Amino acid sequence: MALNQDSVPRLWRLARLDYDPVRQRRVLLYPEGAVLLNETGAAVLELVDGKRTVAEIASILGERYQTDVSTDVAEYLSTLEERELIQ
Amino acid sequence: MTSERPTTLLAELTHRCPLHCPYCSNPLELIRGEAELATEDWKRVFSQARDLGVLQLGLSGGEPLIRKDLEELARHARSIGLYSTLVTSGLGLTRKRAEALKDAGLEHVQISIQDADTANAERIAGVSSVKQKQAAVALVQELGFAFSINVVLHRGNLDRIGEIIDLAGSWGADRLELANTQYYGWGLKNRAALMPTREQVQRAKATAEAAIERYRKKMQIIFVLPDYYEQYPKACYGGWGKLYIVVTPNGLALPCHAASIITSLSFPSVREHSLEWIWHESPGFQAFRGDSWMKEPCRTCPRKTVDFSGCRCQAFALTGDAANPDPVCTLTPLRGLIDEALGETPDRIDYEYRVLAGEPQRA
Repeated sequence: MALNQDSVPRLWRLARLDYDPVRQRRVLLYPEGAVLLNETGAAVLELVDGKRTVAEIASILGERYQTDVSTDVAEYLSTLEERELIQ
Repeated sequence: MTSERPTTLLAELTHRCPLHCPYCSNPLELIRGEAELATEDWKRVFSQARDLGVLQLGLSGGEPLIRKDLEELARHARSIGLYSTLVTSGLGLTRKRAEALKDAGLEHVQISIQDADTANAERIAGVSSVKQKQAAVALVQELGFAFSINVVLHRGNLDRIGEIIDLAGSWGADRLELANTQYYGWGLKNRAALMPTREQVQRAKATAEAAIERYRKKMQIIFVLPDYYEQYPKACYGGWGKLYIVVTPNGLALPCHAASIITSLSFPSVREHSLEWIWHESPGFQAFRGDSWMKEPCRTCPRKTVDFSGCRCQAFALTGDAANPDPVCTLTPLRGLIDEALGETPDRIDYEYRVLAGEPQRA
């Protein structure tokens, strides 16, 4: 099932959002793997809490950046969902 | 110098192990307990690894639970931000130790199983072990660790891949690694007994692919074809000295757990050098970075940026020259070495079990 605007994404139970002081980047850590996040990716994942919908996350970021990010947010979360890092 | 940063440290805390699996990835010459690094050495190595950019730590062996300082090491790893995996047989995981490891901040436990069939699982392990593994699985589940099952696949269990997958599923594993045997060290010694047939591999691939879909979002299944049956070699850990550091029980730092078989190279010890120097400067880690060391046909091959000429350890084990192309590649005349091995699958399976020198031989 692909994510839609009303989906409520949450991080995979085994994944942990962290900060890597060596690379000075946010990272998503999980068993046997790590995703180095760029600033935008980190901003999206920080809002993924198992309560907000995709649309709500996009709306918060849209206000923050003063631009419509709904397509980008949905695509980014779908990519992570495909990798089973978002459920 | 390299601009790359390692992401993963595999700490082989000990080679001591209650199991005797004939495909063990440890070298034939196992390190004895008295030669192992001390607790403080390991803590220093973990901290140096973290400073170098390592994010993932494998607490491995042998059987890491044999180390009485495992909890202390896990606590240190967590305190410096590493994501730790305990790679264990499950033997020795008592409630007390499991709770202490949870409390220390260990996040992920990977338990090995040998087969879904009890008698055969114990034949492969060379020791009675299934009940203890089941108890360990129950504890790991109860305490809420991230939980993986790892199975090494070979001719003697590949036909039960479906049962193995369903067993891991029934245990509620989050991940299942179906790892085909790699043929160096013990695996190479036992190659004729371990090598699956082409038909077995084809059936297993179909079963695994169907299961990956069926278990989607319930259990992540990782299945990689055995490289002997592939057309091109595997890109070991993204290339030599790119992402991965292994430290052996007595402190040798290697770019891959099998690299100690490459006797034409010498590898540095963490007792004498910092990981930073080892990563950036040591000749052992420099040896196969980039592509200037490559021979033909690799040097001019477009795939050299995909698989980096394959596995150096396999090239050395099969040809005696670690700079040769990985013989798995069908673009090299060395491929005959692999095809020859695929022809030698006797009906009878006799294992030569993994033992530490001086240990009694297994029946």
